[in-house]
Amino acid sequence: MLRTMMRRAGKCAAVAAAGLMMMSAQAAEPIKIGSFLSVTGPASFLGDPELKTLEMYVEKINEEGGVLGRPLELVHYDDVGNASSARNFASRLIRSDQVDIIVGGSTTGATMAAVPLIEQAQVPFISLAGAVVITNPVKKWVFKTPQTDRMAAERILTDMKDRGITKFGLISGTGGFGSSGRTQTLEVAEEMGMEVVADVTYSGSDTDMTAQLTNIRNTKGVEAVLNFGFGQGPAIVTRNYAQLGMELPFYQSHGVASDSFLELAGSSAEGLRLPASPLLVPDSLPEDDPQKEVVQNYKAEYEARWDSKVSTFGAYAYDGLMLAVRAIEEAGSTDPAAVRDALENIKGYVGVTGEFNMAPDDHNGLDADSFRILEVQNGEWKLIN
Amino acid sequence: MLNRFMQSRLRGLMVLALILIILPVFLGNPFHYELVIQMAIIAATVVGLNLLVGFAGQISLGHAGFFGLGAYFTGIATGTYGWSSIPALVVGAIAVGIIAWVVGRPILRLKGHYLSMATLAVGFIIAIILNNERAITGGPDGMPVPAFDLFGWELSTFGRYSLFGVDISGVQAWYILASVVLLLAVWFAQNLIESPIGRALRSVKGSEVAASVVGVDTAKYKSLVFVISAIYASVMGGLYAHFQGFITPAVASFEFSILFITMVVLGGMGSTFGVILGAVVLKLLPQVLADFQELETVMFGLILMLTMIFMPKGLLPTITATVSKRMRKKAGGEA
Repeated sequence: MLRTMMRRAGKCAAVAAAGLMMMSAQAAEPIKIGSFLSVTGPASFLGDPELKTLEMYVEKINEEGGVLGRPLELVHYDDVGNASSARNFASRLIRSDQVDIIVGGSTTGATMAAVPLIEQAQVPFISLAGAVVITNPVKKWVFKTPQTDRMAAERILTDMKDRGITKFGLISGTGGFGSSGRTQTLEVAEEMGMEVVADVTYSGSDTDMTAQLTNIRNTKGVEAVLNFGFGQGPAIVTRNYAQLGMELPFYQSHGVASDSFLELAGSSAEGLRLPASPLLVPDSLPEDDPQKEVVQNYKAEYEARWDSKVSTFGAYAYDGLMLAVRAIEEAGSTDPAAVRDALENIKGYVGVTGEFNMAPDDHNGLDADSFRILEVQNGEWKLIN
Repeated sequence: MLNRFMQSRLRGLMVLALILIILPVFLGNPFHYELVIQMAIIAATVVGLNLLVGFAGQISLGHAGFFGLGAYFTGIATGTYGWSSIPALVVGAIAVGIIAWVVGRPILRLKGHYLSMATLAVGFIIAIILNNERAITGGPDGMPVPAFDLFGWELSTFGRYSLFGVDISGVQAWYILASVVLLLAVWFAQNLIESPIGRALRSVKGSEVAASVVGVDTAKYKSLVFVISAIYASVMGGLYAHFQGFITPAVASFEFSILFITMVVLGGMGSTFGVILGAVVLKLLPQVLADFQELETVMFGLILMLTMIFMPKGLLPTITATVSKRMRKKAGGEA
């Protein structure tokens, strides 16, 4: 009896162990760049261009001889936009694959879920997600490439001020992006002495925002409207806005700065303004703009390689990878602490998203001016300033 | 008869303990430990859910709601208010138990689809609250949870500890904790099943009318098991929060509830060790399939479909049935 029992237990253990062993990775010579991205699932519009960018530039760097004479190896997992799998894959990258640096985390949720682990493991991490909480307060091992939502709010409100607007209505989504954007906008507005006269929200699954917009229109003294949101919502808000015949200046956030938004919103987007990466208007950048060449090259290379339109989100991955490479080169090794210190001291790196000037108290390194204000004119993006 | 019952109950537990003792030999790196720890925590939750689904025959499509409540209660109590972990887990479990009792009484009167809809709604409401109460829960972006503290020890997965003079790493300490918790969870469930309460529950599953005719207070037993399974979920949610170090409302999501139910169904409804196997398989698959990239979801669905078609009773019951059939045949041949 006992023997059969033992044998059975042994078999179970062997099966479980075999399963686990399939996942082991071998130690190797190359520099390992780990990545967890939301390549599929609801946030795939972020993760897909990010992964394509990473793959393409890792290949390119390897063809050109690698970094420190060693090839790069990209270890990638898809977190499906789920925060707990993001954390698990981050753990797998650190503990099983033993990567030298991590570039990834498409959404704020995925990034923040992995942060406590990464901080404990002491591996340099460059996040590709937006919210200000990622780098404020500063975390020793965590950096990020996209501008924060706070900068977007600053940029929009500055543009409003330049047009003589001081009172505006805010309509925001209740998702992570929208609600974080709302908080930042309210704070920035107070600092800049502007007044948010109407503050309404909608949930991600709403299909009509006429009621909220009417509410804003009927508010006394409103001079402009700002919509902070992500995905479908802003397109619906834009269409409702046109249907209601609202004439006030209309602003969207950087969350919808893509060509697909223009397709969704159609002619109702006419005249709206938003802060965006110069990537949307590479050819209208002035010749003396230091980013012009980088932006044009990235766009050309991406579109030639993947035969699909370039996206701002992929550019975050481009900057993340280039920052990582630069830090490793400057550190002269893959020693985590040295790479981290090098990352923190990067100055004047001109990327697609903007010019990065990292500092011990600034792990993002961008300023609000890296956003360009664009306006939709005749169904196309037009650079305002 | 009683003796044999005791034996069969303890035998399963002993096999499980043995596996848990031998398993570390095969765990190559800390990440493997992490996976097994998560499996153990999830498995213990599912063992609790199985009491409700497999034995009492009541469905709950909102169990992640209780799991999430437990996780957030622990996270908020230890993180925001500086409680230590054990009181947070206990008070959380009591609070969740009361909530489950309050919502359970009325909704367990419902049957079939109506019951599933009601439990589904409970799960959704909890997830919505966790999502929207930004000031308390951190909203959709989640909140960090401090490391588990046990009698003054900070149990971090990156720490190093000494247990009876043996130097062990943080993940190994967690592994021991999770194993003990799983064994306790199984031991309690096994005892409950063999107790008069367990028999009452099975009679409810067999036929509620018949059960009430022979004098079983069906409403009472159904609420009781609902509360017990919610407490299981709450405690495990709290442990999970400590282990992960970060929680988002996804722990209370519908998808997570469905995953729990799938573990029960896949592993074998009404089989305590079967549902543990279900949890192991469903936690392992995404990691094993990670190398297939785009095909991952397709493979996952295919495996589930094939299992359901060819093993409708679930993994473990089907395997045991096949094995014992073979053995009987063999024994017959020898004789």
